[in-house]
Amino acid sequence: MSVVFDEKINRARGDGRLQLAIYDATARLMDKRKHALEGDNLPDFQELRDCANALKKQTIDNLDHYLEQFEANVIAHAGKVVFCKDATDVSDFILKLAKERGARLIVKSKSMTTEEIDLNERLEHHNLEAVETDLGEYIIQLAHERPYHIVAPAMHKTRYQVADLFEEKLGVPNETVIEKQTMIARGVLREKFLAADIGISGANFLIADSGAVVLVENEGNARLSTSAPKIHIAVAGIEKLIPRAQDLAVFLKLLGRSATGQPLTVYTSFLSGPRRGEEIDGPGEFYVVLLDNGRTKLLEDSGKRESLYCIRCGACLNHCPVYRKIGGHSFPWVYSGPIGAIITPQFMGLNHEPGLPFASSLCGACAEVCPVKIDIPRVLLELRADVTAAKEREGQGGLERMAFRAYAWLMRHPKLFEIAGRLASVLAPASSSGWLRGVPAIMNIPPVRAWLSQRDLPAPPHQSFRQQWRTRVPRINSR
Amino acid sequence: MSRELILDKVRIALGRTKGQQPPPLPPARIRIAEVNIDFRVAGMLQKVEALAGKTFLAGTLAEAVNYAASVIDGREAVASNAPFLRECGVTALPGVRTGVTDRVELRELCASCAVGITSADYALADTGTLVILSSGHEARMISLLPPAHIAIVPRGRILSGLDELLSILPFPAEQTSSMVLITGPSRTADIEQILVRGVHGPGEVHVIVV
Ligand code: SF4
Repeated sequence: MSVVFDEKINRARGDGRLQLAIYDATARLMDKRKHALEGDNLPDFQELRDCANALKKQTIDNLDHYLEQFEANVIAHAGKVVFCKDATDVSDFILKLAKERGARLIVKSKSMTTEEIDLNERLEHHNLEAVETDLGEYIIQLAHERPYHIVAPAMHKTRYQVADLFEEKLGVPNETVIEKQTMIARGVLREKFLAADIGISGANFLIADSGAVVLVENEGNARLSTSAPKIHIAVAGIEKLIPRAQDLAVFLKLLGRSATGQPLTVYTSFLSGPRRGEEIDGPGEFYVVLLDNGRTKLLEDSGKRESLYCIRCGACLNHCPVYRKIGGHSFPWVYSGPIGAIITPQFMGLNHEPGLPFASSLCGACAEVCPVKIDIPRVLLELRADVTAAKEREGQGGLERMAFRAYAWLMRHPKLFEIAGRLASVLAPASSSGWLRGVPAIMNIPPVRAWLSQRDLPAPPHQSFRQQWRTRVPRINSR
Repeated sequence: MSRELILDKVRIALGRTKGQQPPPLPPARIRIAEVNIDFRVAGMLQKVEALAGKTFLAGTLAEAVNYAASVIDGREAVASNAPFLRECGVTALPGVRTGVTDRVELRELCASCAVGITSADYALADTGTLVILSSGHEARMISLLPPAHIAIVPRGRILSGLDELLSILPFPAEQTSSMVLITGPSRTADIEQILVRGVHGPGEVHVIVV
């Protein structure tokens, strides 16, 4: 585990207010999800999960086919598809288009994919104003932070922090009533929507048989971003495809309930191409940017390919004991929680944060709730093996390996093992609770201390099992 | 051009060749519940209410218009060009503008009006959802920009749910550039998970079933 990762974790754990905020918010989301799946609310939940998993598997295993089908259908509806290999490709395309159309102001609706490529910074660097319009994202953008959670980006902020932020950045009076804060944001953003030249959205699903972008949201900002400006650009990872519009009958039922416990979110938009013939409003130009940015690399490994099935519902974050303790900003990249732990190493390389796949208790809660049934713990284990193999190749991890080799050797030598056992009970510090909470000075070295700081060891008994065995009173079998 | 590069990489990673067909998909999983019309109507109204929307079951067109008039209450309103609204007579109410076909004009009107009035192509009883397909009759902005939205829906348009909608419209993109499903008033819970209605879209939604 890197020092930075460690520090971030300790900071999050030491912040009582933050701990409570994460605990509350995730608990509430868990509750809502539970209620939405209870009793008669969705009796075929498990069947839908199997179905979603099979559909995603089919799509990802044959991705080139569905990409081409999608592209052909977007073109058939007078839209354009732009394949981009990385962040630079995307910003080059948008900057060129903005320049050609004389665009200055861009409104954005929530998109993890654009967070992934730091699109806002890139656009701002070229004097374009890019404004986030989802309330949570807007707060995060004003604070120059990364989303704390896939679904609830400003989960970690209190109303008081928002009040200070709005006062400082927007020059409004310090307002701590949440309804009024929301209305302040509404007012500022309404003007942006009406003045914007380009709207950028993400995509929850791309529909191959329709050439359509599907967006789910509660606020209406995605509808406004995609309908008010003259140009709509959807930026999506290539894995967002599903085969058919009718498959939404499976995915929409799972997504809203898993994310926020809603059978359907307030708005679900099904968008394909620019405004047509008789239609009164809607954009005049429609683009879908299909982003690789490391995804093709991930496809190679059939064992971990399923990481791309994710529909970003956030359920695995809410149910993860590690996420709930260390929070979203401790994670080394934009994607946090269990899904972040499996895709970050695959997108960014193992060295980005080698400790990440190990920051899990492998309790399996994530796999149990995942609506598309990604076996996250299994992928984590594979990644751990990869990290260990890489360390070995680089000749690292020697100390740990030596310790385990020594232990294995000791286990194979019964006499020595017994002596070591006796030594342990002599050397171990006194313990009144029956648990070891510290180590003797001679062993108080960082790796041992760090290891013990998270674990309780039972204090060694005065007599070892072998000693007791030898002195036992033989009992006569009475039967 | 990144297109070929990406598609090639995908094919190599998956061990596929260009143009190779995928195995056939299983039939889409569409399960339509058999629900009679009275239950559909009742379900629709109950779900909308549960989402803090307002509802009204009108026996006649005149009743629907009266209710709409009481909601509009003298405020400025913009109505879509749906023929059903004209039949109802709601477009003839004082202060209601309709018949706008210019994009910019409509947007400005929607940005200044207090109430937007639309019909709906379908409604989904099991979730309390309005389904609106963008067309010359229904614009996107009327159900989006004004702080209040009134939808007047003929009861025969109420389907059992999403599955029935997708069986009637297996290819929505063939009909329109935008199909939107509206389930209750616009809302957010982004600050301290406290629910606030009407953040960007209408905070007030009235569903009138005729
Ligand atoms: S991995 Fe599964 S549970 Fe986690 S965000 Fe993705 S779809 Fe949801």
